[in-house]
Formats: sequence, structure tokens, C-alpha cells
Amino acid sequence: MTKIDYSSKIPNNVDLASDKRLQRALERWQPAYLEWWHEMGPSDFDSNEVYLRTAVSVEPDGWAHFGYVRMPEYRWGIFLEPKEADRRIPFGDFAGQPAWDEVPGEYRADLRRIIVTQADTEPASVEQQRLLGHTAPSLYDLRNLFQVNVEEGRHLWAMVYLLHRYFGKDGREEAEELLERRSGNPDRPRILTTFNEPIETWLDFFMFTMFTDRDGKFQLLALAESGFDPLARTTRFMLTEEAHHLFVGQTGVGRVVQRTAEVMREHPDSDPREHGAIPLPLLQKYIHFWVSSCNDLYGSEVSSNAANYFAAGLKGRAYEEKKYEDHRALDESMVIEKFEDGRLVSEEVPLRNALNELLRREYIQDNQKGIDYWNRILDKYDVDFEFRLPNPRFNRKIGLYAGSHFDPDGNPVSRDEFERRRGEWLPTAEERDYVKSLMQPVLERGKIAGWIAPPKKGINGQPFDFEYVRL
Amino acid sequence: MTVETPSPTAAPPVDFRTSPDRYRHWRLAVDGDVARLTMAVDPKQGIRPGYELKLNSYDLGVDVELADAVQRLRFEHPGVRCLVIDGALDKVFCAGANIQMLRQSEHGWKVNFCKYTNETRVYLEDLAEASGVRTLAALNGATAGGGYELALACERILLIDDSQSAVSLPEVPLLAVLPGTGGLTRVVDKRKVRRDLADVFCTLAEGVRGKKALQWRLVDHLAPSSRFAEERDRLARELADSVPDRSDRVGVPLGDLAFEDGAGRRTYRYVTLSWDEDARTAELEVRLPDEAGPKLPEEAHAAGRDWWFLDLFRAVDDALLHLRINLPCVNLVTVRVVGDPRVALEHDRFLTEYRGDWFVHEVVHFAKRVLKRMDLSAKSFFALADAGTAFAGTFLEFGLAADRLYVLDDPDEEVFLGVGLLNGGDYPMSHGLTRLEARFYGEPERVARLLESPGLVPASAADELGLATEALDLIDWEDQIRVYVEERASMSPDALTGMEANLRFPGPETMESRIFGRLTAWQNWIFQRPNAVGAEGALQCYGTPRRPAFDYRRT
Repeated sequence: MTKIDYSSKIPNNVDLASDKRLQRALERWQPAYLEWWHEMGPSDFDSNEVYLRTAVSVEPDGWAHFGYVRMPEYRWGIFLEPKEADRRIPFGDFAGQPAWDEVPGEYRADLRRIIVTQADTEPASVEQQRLLGHTAPSLYDLRNLFQVNVEEGRHLWAMVYLLHRYFGKDGREEAEELLERRSGNPDRPRILTTFNEPIETWLDFFMFTMFTDRDGKFQLLALAESGFDPLARTTRFMLTEEAHHLFVGQTGVGRVVQRTAEVMREHPDSDPREHGAIPLPLLQKYIHFWVSSCNDLYGSEVSSNAANYFAAGLKGRAYEEKKYEDHRALDESMVIEKFEDGRLVSEEVPLRNALNELLRREYIQDNQKGIDYWNRILDKYDVDFEFRLPNPRFNRKIGLYAGSHFDPDGNPVSRDEFERRRGEWLPTAEERDYVKSLMQPVLERGKIAGWIAPPKKGINGQPFDFEYVRL
Repeated sequence: MTVETPSPTAAPPVDFRTSPDRYRHWRLAVDGDVARLTMAVDPKQGIRPGYELKLNSYDLGVDVELADAVQRLRFEHPGVRCLVIDGALDKVFCAGANIQMLRQSEHGWKVNFCKYTNETRVYLEDLAEASGVRTLAALNGATAGGGYELALACERILLIDDSQSAVSLPEVPLLAVLPGTGGLTRVVDKRKVRRDLADVFCTLAEGVRGKKALQWRLVDHLAPSSRFAEERDRLARELADSVPDRSDRVGVPLGDLAFEDGAGRRTYRYVTLSWDEDARTAELEVRLPDEAGPKLPEEAHAAGRDWWFLDLFRAVDDALLHLRINLPCVNLVTVRVVGDPRVALEHDRFLTEYRGDWFVHEVVHFAKRVLKRMDLSAKSFFALADAGTAFAGTFLEFGLAADRLYVLDDPDEEVFLGVGLLNGGDYPMSHGLTRLEARFYGEPERVARLLESPGLVPASAADELGLATEALDLIDWEDQIRVYVEERASMSPDALTGMEANLRFPGPETMESRIFGRLTAWQNWIFQRPNAVGAEGALQCYGTPRRPAFDYRRT
């Protein structure tokens, strides 16, 4: 095992060079990570040079450093936002007390759980996406995929840093297990169901980066408020990178929408499928699938864990400090619709217990912006179709609505009706096969597949026909 | 400080009768010599309103069905050699006792719930020990609190190894109470988990999973998801095959126990329970038939559930539960066994001679469990051996289980007690002693002498032999008994419960008695303490937006 040259190999602002304990932990973990990357990271592109951005510092000019790099040589860094002087716990029962620089013993297990759950999603998404490189619609998209992948890898590093630095032996064991679980493997599944769903096509990838990464954004926003300062600082820096992933998703789906609209304009009287595009109703079904799956990621609408985490100052609300006045949130409540005996019944729930739902509602509002963006594309092409988010009750596996059945508008339906109409609302096997059939690689500079429009701009001011990946 | 929300007065009394076709929370499937009992709790069917039994969490109603299933397995499916307990939910085996239910229940309900569930766990262990049915808990997901305690009551534990499912006893860190169903005791005592590791385990809310659970001896086997069902079936097969074949046994359907409810009275075929809540007293009358009944096992089999001895003990069992759960105001129960003591002894001879028959064997063990339930009931018992009573043999146990045994000794009345062979060891108490040994803890030679010459004991000798607490003649009987009863019924029920629990069990301990004695005493103390049930106690705060605030002074 070669010694790691910490300052150059692992860009960081946590003084890694003089932290012996952390070095020792990483010495073991880093080779295992590289092995995992080799086995489960993007398949067959280890030796190609990719035009990637690398974070080399937290300064404004340092977090997006562009250049060609082979992915296994990517410099996965460890960055925390600079420390705020005299930061206070922003919410919960300890609001106003000094933020914690070390893990409070009382909340050690809860914090570890929160960090492990977040961390587990990072390698999971890399695993889910590992085969997509073979069917990229363009070099530009291929590069974006790899950018997303290496940054998910960096987010794993960031979380592992917290586990190694603050959670001792248990933390090291958890860090190892993060490399042992495998997305979609029934025996060693990733923790959250959505992260075990296969991502077979680029359409799924764009939906994932649009909707699932947006869940990531909101989870990170809630953690960025944490009274455990290292977690807050780590997640704040992760958020800057997450923005690009959301961009890839929103514009990716947008380009598919645009391409379909173009085809519909050129051939108004035929099925877009005849011209290799993806029909709008089918895109709507993909939206139904991914949004409903991601709605589950917030957990149950009414949750004692959420209340405990908030009370203890571990996980707040998104934009807690900016948006709210009452940071204790002890006397407020929220109305939640429960489904009882075949009817929806409104019930007031103490706000702290409803925080999962609060975060989900903010997430849904944010999703709506993306939907509006796609609908504006359709308007531009005078297409009479409107994308819609499914009702949050639709197709849920977790929470108050799991086990009951609802249509995409949220109306209760019987199990039989749901099964009968499943194909109206969710992609059928044939439809998925159709989308799969479109996934033919186009890897020539400046070329793009027929089911998606090229982007308006390239990356980092480069043109679309730039050589984003050297094949 | 204690916040007590009384259980709704409108709630109907708990009926302990159920049967597999009426189960709401379990599915019992018997396939040849392997039975599978699958936990599938219906969240909407709590035995009391006000909570939902999510994630296979349980309340008394769920446990009543479990107890029924274990009982029916013995009698109705005697060919079974292995019982597998598993869960019907995905990713969760059982979340333990329902917290909301505990929070909203008054103290007495919590105590009785815990006691009943403890008895059911012990019965499950007795199924393995006395009936030779090997038991396997197949934990197909997260197993918390009472869920793990249920697993601990099985001989073997198989845990799914999916890198997520853990076994846990989160009561202390999460709820500031104890695992109430023997978890602490069984972890160190039965599974012999090292005590320091047990300390870590019992304070770690998220529990222990996978290899570590195996290394710490918290489970016996691991299997990945893809091979879980296969491994469960393989282990079940292996366990079943370790027991001699019993496929020739023909089961005895138990049906429903019949009784009639009247004002202040419940009447069974061989038993009557009557009560006077104002006086805080009840009378339990047990009636022997005129004839001893079966001479050969075939006759007992033919009689089936109508075999008087079985029917009688089922009635006593139900009466005890009725007293505990539905009649909390009763402080003292007087017990009379009515009939001919010769019938009792003759029937005991039959039981002794044919105990090799599986049905006879099961019935004797059932009587053993009912008598234990009497020992563990938080009621005072006075046995009254007056004219026409038959405290003999098996039925002497009622007199020995009582806190006092008054005998009528009068020249005008013939009163006999009787010692039989079964008093010598067939009905051990939970701490391992027979009731005779417990009674004469300082004079073991008396026990030997009594057992050397079994037979009828006249009232006058009963006093001499130490069987009578006091012998009274007819002139004194009525008045004296009335005074004793009134005096007893006036004392603090809490103090009496504690006192009786001490005095009834002199001498040694077993795991079973430790579970009941040590754990329930501590648990019942903690259940009263503000740190658990006060307005800011953990049990009250759990699931609410508030965090508990503890009084950190140790007692």
C-alpha cells in the first residue's frame, strides 16, 4: 500500500496533513474506496480523460477547477464551509446555545444514523448509473454523467470524513459498510428503496437527477442547519455541487421535451415514436414513477424520529435560520390528511412530528418549478400538453398512504382499479423497452442522439462540440 | 406526578377466548410436523381504542391470540415437532409493545399486560421443554423490544442479514423503561450474552445487526435475504427431525370454553366465580364431578375437551384472568374445592399411571401452568376447607397456592384433605419448588413424610401436619372467616401484592422466577416514576414533539 500524499492527493481544508487519526482511518478506507470505484463506478471508462471540475478549495475560485482527468485519479477532496464565529444551535430545545464542535454523547447514535443514511445514497447513485456510459446520447452528456458520479463519490468522502473524524470505531465500521452495500442487491441493499431502483436509461438518469437529487438537496438543506457544526459545514459545501446535478436533470428532461415537441411540429399527424422521440404522455408516466418514489424518501408524514431530531438540534427545517422566527416550533401544528376507512380526514399534528411532511411539501414546490420550465418549452412549440406532478398520495410505499391506492390526482381508488389502470399512470414494460431501444450511444464530437435536443450551451463556456471525453 | 388516563370505562371486559379462525393478528399454518405462526398484526384492531398497532407492534389482544395459538398447538396439533414464529411484514418482524398503548394505559393495565405477556413467553418456553416442540424465531426484519423478547423465548433465533435489520432492546435509551417481557434476564441468563456487551446492547437504541449480533450471541443464525426462507425451512426441518416421530397422535379440538355471565357471577361447568366489588372480595368455587371419570387414556381422548379435569382447569385459568384484568377492585379471593376428596385422589392415580400418554401429559402440564398463574396473581387467596370440600391431590395445590388455608375441624362435620403423588413434583412453582416444599421450606422432612403416606388427611391431622393455617370449629368458623376476610380486604392492595410476592416464593430462584420477581418489580417501580410517566417523562414524551427531562438524582 503506497503512502498517501495528503496535501495533493486529497485536497482538503480539514488539516488532514497533521491529523494522524484521520490519516490512519483513510489509509485503510481509501484503497477500499478505489476498489469499489473500479468495481461499481462507471463501467469501462477508467482510462479515459474526462473534462471535469474538481473542488480544490472552498474559495469562490477554488470549488470549480476544470481540466482533463482520469476518473480513478480524480482528487476527491474533503471540504467544509469555513467556520462561522460563535455559531449557535439554530433550532430545537437547545436553540441559542453554542453549536457543537464535537458529537454530543447523548445524540451520537442518532447523528451517526442520519449521516450514514445520507452517506449511503451517494455511492448508491453511482452504482445505479454505472452502465449508462455505454449508451450516452452525446459526449456532453457523458461528461455530465461522470461529473455527477465523481461528485457523488466526493460526497461519500465528505460523509466518511465525518464518520472517521467524529465517530471512532463505530464510524469506521459504518464507513466500511458503505462500500459493502450494493444498490439493488437483495442481500446487501442500499438503505433507501429509491436507491435500489435500477437506472436503465438516460431518461431515468435525467429523472433521477431532477427528482432524486432534489430530495438530496432538501435533506442537505435540513442538515446544513444542524447544531452539530461539522455536519452543517460539510453539507453546505455539498449543496454547491448538488446544484449542477439538478441542472443536469432539469435541462436533460427539458431537452427530451424539446426534441419531442420539435418532432410533433414536423410530423403533427404521427406518433413521435415513429420518429424516434419519446411521447409526452410517456414522459408524464416517468414523472409519476420517479416523483412518487422520491416522495417516499422523506419518510412517514408523521414521525417521532423527525421530532426527536429537531428537538435535539440535529436536523432542522430547510432555510431554518433565514425563513423562520420561532426556532423551537413547539406550539405550532400542521394539518395532515390521513386516510381512514376509505376517507381522507384532516388532522392537526404537532409541527415537530410533521417535519418530514413539511420538507416534502417544500420539495414538491421546488419540483413544480421544473415542471413549469418544461411546460414553457411546450408553450414555445405551441404543443397542447401540460406536465403535472402526481398528487403526493399517488403510488406511495412509505407513510400514511402506503397500502392504500390513489390515482395521480390523489383520489382514492380500489386496489383492482389501481392495478387495472397502472399502465395509464406508470410506464409499462413495453414502454420501458421502447425507451431502452432508443439508448444507442452517440459519441462523436458535436453529434447527438435523435430523442434529445442538444444543450443551449456547453460546459464552462466550451462549445457543444468540445471534446468533453477523450475516447 | 403520575399521569393516569383511565382506560375508557365503556370498554367491554376482555374476553380471553379466541380461535385461529378468529385471529386478527396471527396466522397459524400447520404443515405436517412443522407449524408456522406468522405475526400479521392488524393496526386497526387494537383491543382498546386510541392507538394503531403499526409495524407489528402489539397489545394485550395480540398476545391473547399468541397464547391461544401456543395452547392449541399442544392439544390440537400434537404431531407438530417444530414451531416457527415469523412475521408477515416487509423489513419489520415486530416493533414490540405498542408505545401509545402503554402511554395511555393506567398503571394496573400496564402491569397486567406485562404479566400476561411474560406468562405467554414462559408458556412458549414450556412448549419446548415440556411438550418437546422445538421453537425457532425467524426474524425477517427489524426486531425491537418486545419483538426481540418474543424471539428470546424461542430456542433458536434466525436473523435476516440484510445489513439493516437489527435486534434491539431500545426501552432504556428511548423510553426510560425496561424491556418488560424478560428481555434483560434472558439476554444474560438464557443466551448468556456477556454482561458488559449486554449493557452496550441494552442502551443502544438502534440495536445490533448481522455478524455482531451473532458474535454477541444475540442470535444463533444469519441468512441473507435471498436465502432466508430456505434457511428458515432448513432449520425448521433440522429441529423437527431432532424429535422422535409423533405423527400417530390425533389432536383434541379445544373449541371454545363455555361460561355464562350473570350479575356478579361467571358460571362454568365445573367452576363458579362470584364477586362483590363493594366488599372487594370474590369466591372461586371449583366443583369435582361425582365420578373420577376416565380409567384408560382412550376414555380421556374420547372425552376430549369435555374431560372434566381439562375443562375445569380451563375454567380456572379464565377465572384468574377475569379477576386480574376485568375485576381490578377485587382484593381477596376465597377458594373452595367442592366435592369428594376420594374422586380427586382416584383421578390423580389415573394421571400418574398414564402420564406417558401425550394427552394426559399435556393436561397435567396445563394444570401446572394454571396453578402457576394463581401463584402470580396479584390477589390475596384464602382457601376454605369446610364441609363438602376436597382439597386433595392436584386440588390440594389450590390450598397450598393460597396465602392461607383455613380448615374446619368439627366433630359434627367430616372434612378431609388429601395428599397425592402429583403433589411431589408435577406442579412446580415458577421458582422450581413444589408448593409443599415452599410451604415447609424450613422442614423438608415434613414434605417427605406427607409424600410417604399419600391418602386422605382428616381435618384434625391437617392442623397437626401444618397443612392448615388455622383449624376452626363450627362455632367459630363463620364469624372468624368473616373477620379474616374483611380485615384482609381492607388492607392496601399494593402492599399486599408486594408482601405476597415475597412470601409465596421462599428459597431458590429460576430464570422464570427472576423474570417475574426481579423484572416485574423493577419495571412496575419504573412505570410509576416521573422519569418514565411524569409529564416530562420519556414514555409520555415519546412520539410527541417534546424531549423528556429527567430528574437525575439516583435513588
